[in-house]
Order: sequence, then C-alpha cells, then structure tokens
Amino acid sequence: MNALYLVAIGSVPAQAMEWIENAAAEWYPLPIRRLPPLLIPEAAYDARRKQYQSVEFMKALAQAAPRDACRILGVTDVDLAIPMLSFLFGQAQVDGRIAVISLCRLHQEFYGLPADEQVLRERTIKEVLHELGHTFGLVHCNQPACPMSLATHIGLVDSKQKEYCERCGMQLVERFSALEAEV
Amino acid sequence: MKKNWPILVVDDEDVMCESMAAWLREDGYRVDTAPDGQKAVELAKASDYAVCFVDLKMPAGMDGIETMMEIRRIRPDASVIIITAYATVDTAIQAMKEGAQEYIVKPCNPQEISMLVSRILKLKKLQNENAILRKKLTRQYRQHDIITKNPRMQEILALTQEISSLRSTVLIHGESGTGKELVARAVHFSGNRAEKPFIAVSCAALTETLLESELFGYEKGAFTGAVAQARGKFEIAHGGTIFLDEIGDISPKLQADLLRVLQERRFYRVGGNREIEVDVRVIAATNKNLAEAVQQGQFREDLYYRLNVIEINLPPLRERREDIPLLAEHFAQRISSELNRDIAGISAGALKLLIAYDWPGNVRELENVIERAIVTCRNGMLEEQDFSWLQHRGMPAQDWEVPDVPLGELERRAIVAALERKHGNVKEASAALGIDRSTLYDKLKRYEISH
Repeated sequence: MNALYLVAIGSVPAQAMEWIENAAAEWYPLPIRRLPPLLIPEAAYDARRKQYQSVEFMKALAQAAPRDACRILGVTDVDLAIPMLSFLFGQAQVDGRIAVISLCRLHQEFYGLPADEQVLRERTIKEVLHELGHTFGLVHCNQPACPMSLATHIGLVDSKQKEYCERCGMQLVERFSALEAEV
Repeated sequence: MKKNWPILVVDDEDVMCESMAAWLREDGYRVDTAPDGQKAVELAKASDYAVCFVDLKMPAGMDGIETMMEIRRIRPDASVIIITAYATVDTAIQAMKEGAQEYIVKPCNPQEISMLVSRILKLKKLQNENAILRKKLTRQYRQHDIITKNPRMQEILALTQEISSLRSTVLIHGESGTGKELVARAVHFSGNRAEKPFIAVSCAALTETLLESELFGYEKGAFTGAVAQARGKFEIAHGGTIFLDEIGDISPKLQADLLRVLQERRFYRVGGNREIEVDVRVIAATNKNLAEAVQQGQFREDLYYRLNVIEINLPPLRERREDIPLLAEHFAQRISSELNRDIAGISAGALKLLIAYDWPGNVRELENVIERAIVTCRNGMLEEQDFSWLQHRGMPAQDWEVPDVPLGELERRAIVAALERKHGNVKEASAALGIDRSTLYDKLKRYEISH
C-alpha cells in the first residue's frame, strides 16, 4: 500500500516529528515513513519580509516525494507566507498529495511567552490533522472545534479539538474506503 | 454552498495567483486564475464569478482598473477587489470610483481576507434571497387571480393540488386567455417545488434557433454573437418547473430535442459537448388540438404522450359565465388600486352586459375591458355606458363591407391594421385584437408580417 511520508525541512525538533508521526498514525490507516530532512529551498527566502514562500516548500516536497508516496507532509520551523498573506500556519493541496506545516507561530515564544512544550504539541497535532485533512479532500469546516476549521490567528488554533468533527470524520472514512478500493 | 460562488484571481505573478488560489480552495471555493487582464475577461465571459481579486499593476496589456471595468461590464454583479503592493490614496479612490468593492494592500492578514470574502458572499446571498422573495410575492399575487365558483374549474383547482408534488408532465389545453399559465403556477407553487424556480417560456414568440438556445443555453462561440456562455431555461429551472406555452408551435427538431429531455432528463447546450442533467418538471400548454396535430403528422406522437401524462382542459369563459361577476369585481378592485382610481364597483346593468358577452379572448379580454372601463370611467362607478362599445365587438359593423378575400387574408389585414394603430406595439395590438401576445407573435410569423 502507498505510504504517507513525513519530512523535516530545515532544522525541526526531533520530538515534534515524533508527535506528528503518532498523530498521523492515529488517524490515517496508511504506512507512515520518514524521509531524511530536506534543506530549506534557497529561493524560498523573502529578505524584505524575512519570511519563506511556502510555494517553494511545496515544490521541494513534490520533487522529494518517493514513487509510493500517496501523501507527503513537510514540517518546518521557519515562518511561512504567500505573497498575498502575511503568514500561514500551513498549506496543502486540496485532494492532492502535498502539504506543509510551519511550527514557527505555534511556539509560545513567538508571542513573547515562555516556552510550553505541551501547548506546542497540541497545536502541532491540530495543524497536522488540518493540512492532511485537506489532502484527503476536506475543506474548511464551520465548526470552530473541528481541526478543519479555518484558523487565522493562534487563538483559533487553541480553540480547536484534536479530533475531527463527526461530519469531517465521516468524509475521511469514505475517502479511506475509496483509497483502499483503488489499491 | 461555497462551490456555487466561483472566485477569480488575476495577477501577472504566477506564484501570487497559484498560492492565493490554493488558499481559497482550502476554504471550499472553486477558483480560477488569470495571468493578465485579457485572459481574465475571457474567463469572466464564460463563468459568473462572485468575487474577482485583481492586481492593480500588471505590466502587459490592461492594468487592474481596466480589467475590473471590463469584467464589470460583462458581469455587473461581480464584486472586484483590487490588490496592490503600492498603496496610495489616489489609486484607492480611483479603484473605488470605478466600482471596486474593496481595495486591499498585500500582504494582508489571513483574517482580513477571509472576513472580506465571507462578507461579500453573505451580501450576495441576501441579494439572491431578496430577488427570489420579490419574485415569489409577485407570483403569489398572480396565483390569487384564479377566482371561480364554477364546478369544472373547482375540480381543476383540486386537481392542481393533488398533482402539485408529483414530477409527472402536465398538458394544459385551453383557448387563449383562459389562464393556462396561472394554472401552471398554481401547480408549481402548491407543491414541493415551490421554493425552486418557475420558468415560463412562450414557444410561439421565438424562431427555432432562438428558442433552442433559449431552452438549452449555449456555449461561448456556439454562433455569431454568443460572446459568453449562457444557461438555458431548463438549467435555470433546475429543481423547479418549466412552463412551455404554445407547445403546439415548436418545430420538428425541437420536438425531438424536447422528447430527449423528457425521456432522459439530460441535454447539451448549443455548441456544447458536456451533457447537463436537470431535474425539471415540465408543464406544457396549448390552444391547439394536439391530438389532431398528431393525426396530421404535425406533432410527434411520442412527444404528445410524454407531455399528456396529466391533462387539464380549461373551459372558456363563456362556459363559466357565473365567474364573470366575480372576476370583473376582482379586476375592478385590483386595477383601480394599481391605477390609483377611486372606483366603487360595477353596476348591476353593467354586470348583465358583461355576462351576456361571449368573451372570445376569455379572462384576459375581460381584464383588458375592465381596465379600459376604469380609465374612461367618470363617476366612480362602472356603468353600462362604460362597456357600451363592447356590444359592437364581434358584431359586423354596418358600414363595413367584407372584402372578397380568404379568411386568412382578412386576419392578416386586421393584424397589420392593429399594429399600425398601436404604432407597432405588440402588447397593445394584441390587447386590441383580443388575443394574447404569444398568439399574435405566432400569427406574425405565419403571415410573415414584420413589425
């Protein structure tokens, strides 16, 4: 069966990769594999904004994806953005193969607060469920507690639960069944 | 719901277009992108975008404001959001003056853009609902026009209730002006399709090709003048009812096309290669004897049986004379209020005269006659003298010699004369002739009278 690949882009805490792998394994009935870390794409850095363009990360992931990758999730600790928006917690192809999440704005330190590993873990899991959900065809959910709801600031990430709402969960199950049938 | 609101992103930078589109797709929208104004305009011709994000500065061809103006010319309801990295008050003012819904400076906060899009779409939804409610109010008003104490009509009204929630096709027979469309509306608005569209099409008013594109829509470039894709009445009526008036007048080709829609509930737009599936209830009407037309080979037998699943025969007004006083009073009340005329009622003598008249134009003629009487009435009560001219209607004029020509020629001359008197106004000419507009269009076609 095709696998879900996880890959760090640049330096990412090993512990965070563990949380991500466990969360993915809990929700996604796919073999989960890790790839060796990728370098941050040089073209991604926007010196004026001191941020990284997520499009370059998506391109790098597309290139790095092995043949048997049915999904690939990149994880980075740098601040992602797109030209139109001032930042992104992550980005994904809806119904596609590629997704990326940034841990940068999930750290309490980003908001001038003392580091909190538990908070970082919770937020990371929610972002993983959110972006991987997009790759399985889910769009933003209007239930604020569902990890598929749109979070435009960290407060909205914190108000999410770490499990999909019934509707999104059902949709995912349907998608997994379809995927198994394809295999 | 979001899928119904397509969004267009226009920017010469591919990264900007694609990243913005990807972000909006995560929110469930269907998003198209264009690298320049020209492509954006082409796309806007083919799709009705609810929101267009347009970059102000595009090096080649049209700039953002020109692009916005062209999009709004094609799609006046599209909300255009001008985006730029170079914020100046002047360009902001210019963009807003030219019709931009908003003006935003990139990069902006995700929350700002998310709220902006949802605010625009909320407004669009309210505008749509408002339009539907307005139409519904008008329709309900029209529905109340079915006023009767005639047993046959009451049976028909009871039947409209019984069949209202079925999907079966209905064929309504009746002379011009008997209220075929009102009965069709009564069927639609009493049933489970009432919240969906009721679309009426007069098949006699259009030529074969026009009717085909009217019914099935067309793709951009399907024929000269097809500058943008257009949905046909069948698509617009999806979920609801389509009322095909004067069905007896459609060409053999359209008869075949219609049969296919009725059988398969699918069709192609003119010039299109994608099959479109619709759920539409068809109610057809005619003032012709379709069974006879079938025997004479003018109307397809298979189509006739497809249409004639439930048959309704509307009696002419002369066969339900007990309704004349009721209808006359109803029209007098409604029209006097619309025309702001103070009319107390209709005298007994006038009613007697109205009951005695044969009403070849049926209820529509009665409505027109009441309107004319209200306009000319001087004393606040409709009296016999307000309808005296009616006595001469239908009677041969004493000083008028009938020329020795075929009957059809007489009809042709009467139509030409009525059009001349009414300065080419078809609505007024049809009222003067005591026939409805679609019948007049039919006759104009038949006698090849240009107007």
